[in-house]
Amino acid sequence: MNRRSVYMDNNATTQMAPEVWQAMVAAKDLYGNASSMHGFGRVAAHAVSKAREQVATLLDCAPEAIYFTSGATESNNMVFNIARTLIDEGSRRNRIVTTKIEHPATIETVKYLKGLGYKIDELSVDATGLVDLGEVKAAMGDDVLLVSVMTGNNETGTIQPVREISELAHGCGALMHTDATQAIGKIPVDFKGWHIDYLSLSAHKFYGPKGIGVLACAKGAPLFPLLHGGHQEGGYRPGTYNNQAIVGLGVAAELARRNLGDEQQRLWQMREALRKGLVAAIPDVVVNGNNEHCLPGTLNMSFPRAEGESILLYLDLEGIAVSTGSACATGSLKPSYVLLAGGLDVELAHGSIRFSLGRYNTMDDVTYVVEKLPPIIERIRMMSTRQQ
Amino acid sequence: MSDSFMNDWVYTDIVKDHFMNPRNIWKREEHFEPDGVGEVGSLACGDQMRIGIQVKDDKIVKLRWLTYGCASAIASTSMMSEMATGMSLGEAYRITPDMVTKALGGLPEHKFHCSVLGDKALRAAIDDYLAKQGRENTLKTSVARVMCECKNVTDQAIETLVASGKVRTLKELQDLTGYGTGCGKCKQKIADYFYEMMHVHGKEVAEE
Ligand code: FES
Repeated sequence: MNRRSVYMDNNATTQMAPEVWQAMVAAKDLYGNASSMHGFGRVAAHAVSKAREQVATLLDCAPEAIYFTSGATESNNMVFNIARTLIDEGSRRNRIVTTKIEHPATIETVKYLKGLGYKIDELSVDATGLVDLGEVKAAMGDDVLLVSVMTGNNETGTIQPVREISELAHGCGALMHTDATQAIGKIPVDFKGWHIDYLSLSAHKFYGPKGIGVLACAKGAPLFPLLHGGHQEGGYRPGTYNNQAIVGLGVAAELARRNLGDEQQRLWQMREALRKGLVAAIPDVVVNGNNEHCLPGTLNMSFPRAEGESILLYLDLEGIAVSTGSACATGSLKPSYVLLAGGLDVELAHGSIRFSLGRYNTMDDVTYVVEKLPPIIERIRMMSTRQQ
Repeated sequence: MSDSFMNDWVYTDIVKDHFMNPRNIWKREEHFEPDGVGEVGSLACGDQMRIGIQVKDDKIVKLRWLTYGCASAIASTSMMSEMATGMSLGEAYRITPDMVTKALGGLPEHKFHCSVLGDKALRAAIDDYLAKQGRENTLKTSVARVMCECKNVTDQAIETLVASGKVRTLKELQDLTGYGTGCGKCKQKIADYFYEMMHVHGKEVAEE
């Protein structure tokens, strides 16, 4: 088989759908300021509101619930800033409950707020990366202001019981936030049915452009701006509209909604073929995460006696792009905190590889990886201090 | 994906070459009989290195190695194995990560710490060889560098304290050696070195 380019790092970011960039190119003339009253502004404003509706349809919520942001990092920061503002204003609820496996956009914000003295509980997860509902229940109380739990984990793909957690949060009068960035377009995300107060998403994780995202906010949930400036988005997210990116996000949302069923099935089939193929071809592998509650395109595996960055770079030389939980790949000394939170052995975390499949992968890609990876692992293991 | 994209690799061509074709790997089927063996690092830190040497007339005639490590660790040990073969024990003892990195045409800044295990393992192998021969090891002290001038604390001393588990925090190191209690200018340098050694020897920094 000839060398190919196989992109299996879709949880990091995706390529834009052709429908998305075509719509963005077509929107090149929408340079008017969507807030201006003249014709140039009005056509831009129209495109913005169309995109808002497309996102609202995807989430099954009112268009008024949608606030455009620069992405999920900003959306998550906005939510924590809302909680912080409420606490500063003297709310009798002053505790935030979240988990140890959130995206760095949450983890780092939590670390920062903790340093300032805010009370934040970080719940642990079981060996499959699942949050324990019993633990959530135990953490609830009438001092809890906000519960923040991601929908699906970026590294392991483990899907959290968000609906049940949301119920527990509301049971004690707390607000519920979910970072749905990895789940959008892969599994049904039911903003209304799960009674979510705040939801974060980024367009570039589902074939939209980078630098644009959403904070969806349920009616009645408190809002405070993170940025101050103009009157856009009700004054809660000021800044001139990025018309083309917003158009792209709208189209991506529309495609995500239309393709969801098929895509979910197709991604899972490829993921399972990859998992079975690798398990059969490589002795002694460990599949991380939860095989039952897993984002359809995510496969996280550990290869004992092989270090992750080496695996990643040998795969890169074959044209295959993946990511690793090894410390070496990031230059830090500690491997993936997500895998460690699930109790995974440090060595296995260093030897972990995440394959994340997306819309543009094919079964041929899977076959190619199943062919190329086994000799790589064998080679690394042959030069390992850890012999079997 | 264009080929120019693939050529623009994270590492230099020399690193890539050594990564793709590592030299002097310790293959089991070779039944290599080492005269001295050194092992440093730990799996917990994500890298570990084992080096075996055969010595004749105080020269390294054959060197074999194994690693659990990243591309930088693989490439730098491969490069070092070529450099050290044929060297006298004294010369080999003085190989530094800098020399290896230079020979590789450089490593990204944050990757430097991945290249420090090779020469440490080599020195450990030489130490092991001399110990097995029942010979006095003058090399050890000959390469020591004074890191704190005021209190005469050498890198050797720090490394020995770390490796033996006698110090597990910077404070314990200071209590024992008094480093940094004179002019204080060595503090940062020694702190950096201390954490590097903790890493190299696979030690967890204890809570202060
Ligand atoms: S050089 Fe260490 S205290 Fe002066």
